[in-house]
Amino acid sequence: MAQLIEERGLGRFYDFRTSPAARADRRCDDAFEACDRPEVMRSILEPTGNEDQSSMSCRIDGMTCAACTWLINKAIRDVPGIIDVTINPLTSLADIVLDKTRAYPSDVLGAIAAYGFSPRALPRAALAAGPVNRGGELKRLAVAGLGFVQIMSLSAALYLGAFKAMSPRFETFLTLASLLIATPVVLYAGAPIFRNALRDLARRQIGMDVPVGLAIAAALGASIFNALRGSGAVFFDSATMFVFFLTLGRFLESRARYRAGQTYQSIEALVPISSTRIVDGHAQNVGTIEIVPGDTILVPPGEAAPADGMIVSARASVDESLLSGETTARNKTSGDSMLGGSLNVGSQPIELRVTAVGRDSYIGRVSRMLETAISRRPDSMRAAEAWASRIAAGLLGLSIVVGLLWLTIDSEQAFRVVLAMLVVTCPCAISLAAPAAFAAGLGALARQGLLLRSTEVIDRLLEARTWLFDKTGTVTDGSMQIVQTHCFGELDAAQCLSIARALEAGIEHPLARAFIGEHQPQHAHNVEYIEGRGITGEFDGQTWRLGSAAFISAADSCFTNNADLGGVWLANDNQLVARFEISEQVRAGAPAAMRLLQRAGMKLALVSGDDDAAVGAAAQALRIEDWHAAQLPEDKLALMSRLQQSGQRVAAVGDGVNDAPLLAQADVSVAMVAGSELARSSADIVFTGEDLRVVARLPLAAAQIRRVIRQNIGWAIAYNVIGIPLAAAGFVPPWLAALGMSASSLIVVLNGLRLGSTLRAEPHAMRQQQHTSQWLTEMS
Amino acid sequence: MNILFALIPLTALLLIVAVWAFFWAVRSGQFEDLDTPPVRVLLDDERGEDAQK
Repeated sequence: MAQLIEERGLGRFYDFRTSPAARADRRCDDAFEACDRPEVMRSILEPTGNEDQSSMSCRIDGMTCAACTWLINKAIRDVPGIIDVTINPLTSLADIVLDKTRAYPSDVLGAIAAYGFSPRALPRAALAAGPVNRGGELKRLAVAGLGFVQIMSLSAALYLGAFKAMSPRFETFLTLASLLIATPVVLYAGAPIFRNALRDLARRQIGMDVPVGLAIAAALGASIFNALRGSGAVFFDSATMFVFFLTLGRFLESRARYRAGQTYQSIEALVPISSTRIVDGHAQNVGTIEIVPGDTILVPPGEAAPADGMIVSARASVDESLLSGETTARNKTSGDSMLGGSLNVGSQPIELRVTAVGRDSYIGRVSRMLETAISRRPDSMRAAEAWASRIAAGLLGLSIVVGLLWLTIDSEQAFRVVLAMLVVTCPCAISLAAPAAFAAGLGALARQGLLLRSTEVIDRLLEARTWLFDKTGTVTDGSMQIVQTHCFGELDAAQCLSIARALEAGIEHPLARAFIGEHQPQHAHNVEYIEGRGITGEFDGQTWRLGSAAFISAADSCFTNNADLGGVWLANDNQLVARFEISEQVRAGAPAAMRLLQRAGMKLALVSGDDDAAVGAAAQALRIEDWHAAQLPEDKLALMSRLQQSGQRVAAVGDGVNDAPLLAQADVSVAMVAGSELARSSADIVFTGEDLRVVARLPLAAAQIRRVIRQNIGWAIAYNVIGIPLAAAGFVPPWLAALGMSASSLIVVLNGLRLGSTLRAEPHAMRQQQHTSQWLTEMS
Repeated sequence: MNILFALIPLTALLLIVAVWAFFWAVRSGQFEDLDTPPVRVLLDDERGEDAQK
């Protein structure tokens, strides 16, 4: 791979690389070939405006920094027939527009994989519901903004003309110009507001858009009438200002929601895109989408099953952890079922007769449940909306009453007063308070690698006081190393290692990878892998056993009582030959991350299915006092339930490989991006980085976001409270009302945008963390 | 000040041009991805690479 980079003159990649690249994985040529099949192509390619062109999306794992984006970009563009490439490093998604007649998906995928990344074509259905009509919103925002600016300059002239005499010719001219510009601007940009208001009125409800829509319509209508009549006040500036800020608010809100939605991946991304189907004894490489119940498929070792099925092979070893959370691989025999998405961890392919595919499979059903859960709006929001509509109705009534009062006192002013009141009572600033903060806050977090699924996560983060960490893959980076080799017999370390490698060859397990590394070992014969325990096999004429002390002593009690029994042992028929000490790498930022959390007042716990020695060592490195080893998934869940029942809110961080249920149960779940697909699609937060310190700053970030929201709401309410009496008393002309409303909205938005830089501050992390526990108690 | 009678319609025209330009930008997907361009600026210019080949 390095050679390829040099050849292509892309050596500058190394100059720009800011973090080590992920190791090159096995290339899946078959999987890529399957993408060229018509059925599969139809599911992954999306038509564009151009007949000959299609676009496809794929997720690329292994992008660790911006230089990787550049490299992949160049790699794809080198393929003939590529029209356009857009790569988003934040979500690891790439969109490629290709010329259907010249390029195939497999070309693109192969090009990416050649540089050591793992691409995965995503079926169209898997992508989050796109930014619906974002273009429309942008257009309305632009029209409102540009029109606003134009009208303001005309109005400024008119106001000056009121102070220093302006010839009536010009006054009329400017007024008519304002009319001609303001009318289309307000009608186009304000269309959704009017539509919503009419819809609400049709349903006899007073939504937030009703008073606002009324105010705009009244302002515009009265202005047009007065302009054509030639006398009386006009409010074009107020109307356009109003529309602009309302549109801005909605735009920001939908941006925040869009960002949150981008992290979601549905079921279709969980299973492999290609499978091997057996027809009449021949193996065919087909797309998963082509499989139907009744087909017989083959699941190669190390791969995930594409669908639910019944096992035909005599023996199979299946890892269902990503679904059920059980860490131990299960032995299955013919007649047992295997769920789509579970892994074949044996050394032989599994033959499977398909029983359910896609949405009907177990994963599909779980995924559908998740989808409905996410799309349902949380109760807190519905309550807030009910409240808001009641308040809006009340304020509307108040405006009318005040208007009527004025009619009796001084009918000239009545209209102005009503208008001013309608504008001042508009809860625009309040409605902008939260979205502005969320848009900026979630955006800033996304830039750090934390993709939040929704804005409610912030609330739950503020309540969480206990953080549970999974060990493998979360606080450790999942790679194991052989630290030491002790030899007891005549064979030396190198020979023992090569025997071990021969036994481990072909096994998919972090331990196997630790032994094999870059070598291409010979295979031992008659290899039998007993999950969780060890391996037996024949090599070089002898029978060997490699595994835990318990495994070895099951065959042969050759241990003396005082030995330290940890590590992986190698023994042949007669005696112990060697002992390998294995250790896991704790992530570089992890100890600091734990300190940050502890400073913020969080209680920490480490849970793992691994043995005492490994977990204890990790806990010691991290200085976590509360650690639990040898936890079955049920134990982990029980631990979490106990904590939650005692009134605690718990956050869980894991990679989902064997703790998906744990993540689902937690109040806040963070999934490492290198983890399982299911965890990523169900967790509240996906962390795409490597440094856990970023995760540790989440409570602080949540507190800061909440603080800004409170500031915003406080200010917005103050404005309303002061403004309403003033407007009712007639002291506020409509233009001032609009100005005040706009200014308060602007202040709220700018205050929210501050979060963009606040959330970035790293050097002050320690100091800030001390404040965090203070803030958290204030917030709750 | 009579020039105003020409200037105001001119600004209105410019407004229309501006709005049209923005609409074009939205339609041609300029606003699709706002995250990668800031990062792309930091990387090397592709034209330089191709010239060397």
